[in-house]
Amino acid sequence: MSATFEVKPAPAPPASRPGETAARKPPRTSRRTQARRSLRRHWQLYLLIIPPLAYFVIFKYVPITNAVIAFKDYSPVKGPWGSDWVGFKNFELFFQNPVFWTLVKNTFLLSVYTVLASFPIPIILAIALNEIRNGRFKKTVQLVTYAPYFISTVVVVSMTILVLSPRLGFVNDAIGLFGVPSIDFLGRPDYFRHIYVWSDVWQTTGYSAVIYLAALSGIDPALHESARIDGASRLQRIRNVDLPGIMPTAVIILVLGVGNIMSIGFEKAFLLQNPLNTAQSEIIATYVYKTGLLNADFSMATAIGLFNSVINLFLLLGVNFAAKRITGNGLWS
Amino acid sequence: MSVTLQGFRRTTEKRPDSSRRTTIEETRTDKIFLAGVKIMLWLALIVVAVPLIYIVANSFSSPSAVSAGRVLFWPVEPSIRAYKEAFSDPMIMKGYLNSFIYAIGGTLISVTLTIAIAYPLSRRTFFGRNVIMSALIFTMLFSGGLIPTYLVVQDLGLLNTRWAMVIPSAIGVWQVIIARTFFRSTIPDELYEAATIDGAGDLRFLWSIVLPLSKPVIAVIALMYAIFQWNSYFDALIYLKDPGLYPLQIVLRNVLILNTLTGSTTTTNLAQQLDQQQLANVLKYALIVISSLPVLIIYPFVARHFTKGVMVGAVKG
Repeated sequence: MSATFEVKPAPAPPASRPGETAARKPPRTSRRTQARRSLRRHWQLYLLIIPPLAYFVIFKYVPITNAVIAFKDYSPVKGPWGSDWVGFKNFELFFQNPVFWTLVKNTFLLSVYTVLASFPIPIILAIALNEIRNGRFKKTVQLVTYAPYFISTVVVVSMTILVLSPRLGFVNDAIGLFGVPSIDFLGRPDYFRHIYVWSDVWQTTGYSAVIYLAALSGIDPALHESARIDGASRLQRIRNVDLPGIMPTAVIILVLGVGNIMSIGFEKAFLLQNPLNTAQSEIIATYVYKTGLLNADFSMATAIGLFNSVINLFLLLGVNFAAKRITGNGLWS
Repeated sequence: MSVTLQGFRRTTEKRPDSSRRTTIEETRTDKIFLAGVKIMLWLALIVVAVPLIYIVANSFSSPSAVSAGRVLFWPVEPSIRAYKEAFSDPMIMKGYLNSFIYAIGGTLISVTLTIAIAYPLSRRTFFGRNVIMSALIFTMLFSGGLIPTYLVVQDLGLLNTRWAMVIPSAIGVWQVIIARTFFRSTIPDELYEAATIDGAGDLRFLWSIVLPLSKPVIAVIALMYAIFQWNSYFDALIYLKDPGLYPLQIVLRNVLILNTLTGSTTTTNLAQQLDQQQLANVLKYALIVISSLPVLIIYPFVARHFTKGVMVGAVKG
């Protein structure tokens, strides 16, 4: 894991302490004796880690085993393991359901659009901020663009609704100045994706830019200096010094983004949804919620969720593999 | 970090004098480029700030001005009626109180558990830490899903209790990574050796030496958890049925998005109905401001620490 999030462009090799190399020599003792010795000496640490480990087992790993109900006809009386097996029936029913392709398409398009829009913009913002020397202006821009990240999804969605409202919102006032009749943005399915994606960009760009700013500050100033001596313009220095410097960070963020491609913001899509725009706003996650908790079809909802998770995992592995082949950077090494 | 960068810039700005021939032309294009960058940043500033200002301006305007759509970026016929109304609504106040309970209680639980797992995992002598770490990362990538998790919460009898808000989402893997990285990079092994010689056990060392030295990272993860709790609505939506337990975000969702008005008395008088309708509009803006206030008030103070936390988590890993 230590190399996993290693994104510093050219980290100075950690100065190894003289005592450490001696201690790192391959131990003669077997792993079991090692474990026993560690347990005896550090029993307090093992005691300490039990409650949080229990949390992960109960709330993360038990649900994974509970997912067997996707292959069963779940009955609350018999419990997840006692219920009757039905094999892939739930999956087959879902694939045959006419909404299947709509759901997959809506989820996929929404996610791809989100990743494409919210990947480059924070990088541009971070590089632009990095070019500015003026302390106060830079700080103001950062403080303001960072702020929406702290606002809750419920509030961001209701702000979006109010601002775009056909009667009261200023967006319709603004386009009204150009003689465009007011538009009921949220009532039109074809606007849903744009509203979702751009309100997301509005909310998260400042926050994401911070990570790139951190990476930019890790670039050796000597590189910039020598580039300047060689006569590189600002644009050339961005292209040849800054961009390669933040490349590893960008790749990791992109891979994580693609990894979440099928599990994007249920919370927001659900809030922005209304009966008029479901044609494009119904995604797998919202459908799982409706099937599972509103219609109480637990097995079906779990099957759909599982389908989603598995696709997600494969996408992540695939993109990580590709990223490693192309750029040499990946989530894990 | 900014110190070295600025220092570096200051020295390089003087350079054009010494090497005139190549740089004069380039400073001109650089100047144009820099101007473009500034315009872009101004644009970003405006795009982000305008909706925020619009909401605040509307919340301080009179109901009739809001309903007529006359408010843009400055309050029209200033009035704090909406705020008075919001603060006298029992559902909203109850939600506010509940959110504070969940945010404070949840943060305490989350921070304790996060340190309890992050600290052992930061110790090189802890056997099996790589296996455990991989198991944690795995939960970031793959999960059982909504319903299987719901079944666990149900089986534990947490449904419709306050615990359902703080326990199922108690530990974030990202926060564990941040805390572990901090412990590993700032607490030298020698310190532990010295403490052991003085007779301290692991817990004693953690309590008396590591925690006091780790205030910055504890502040960062505590704030991350607190803000997460304050802003979350989904756990409440699926786990809570009793309106008395609802956090503010659920109340907000009901008022702002589902348009179910609370507190207002039903009346047949047409003028009063119109008044209620107009009040309902401006109430939305006021609610947005009120609910975001606690987070936005602490935000400028913590933004710096947040930046640090993000850097520690993302850059060093």
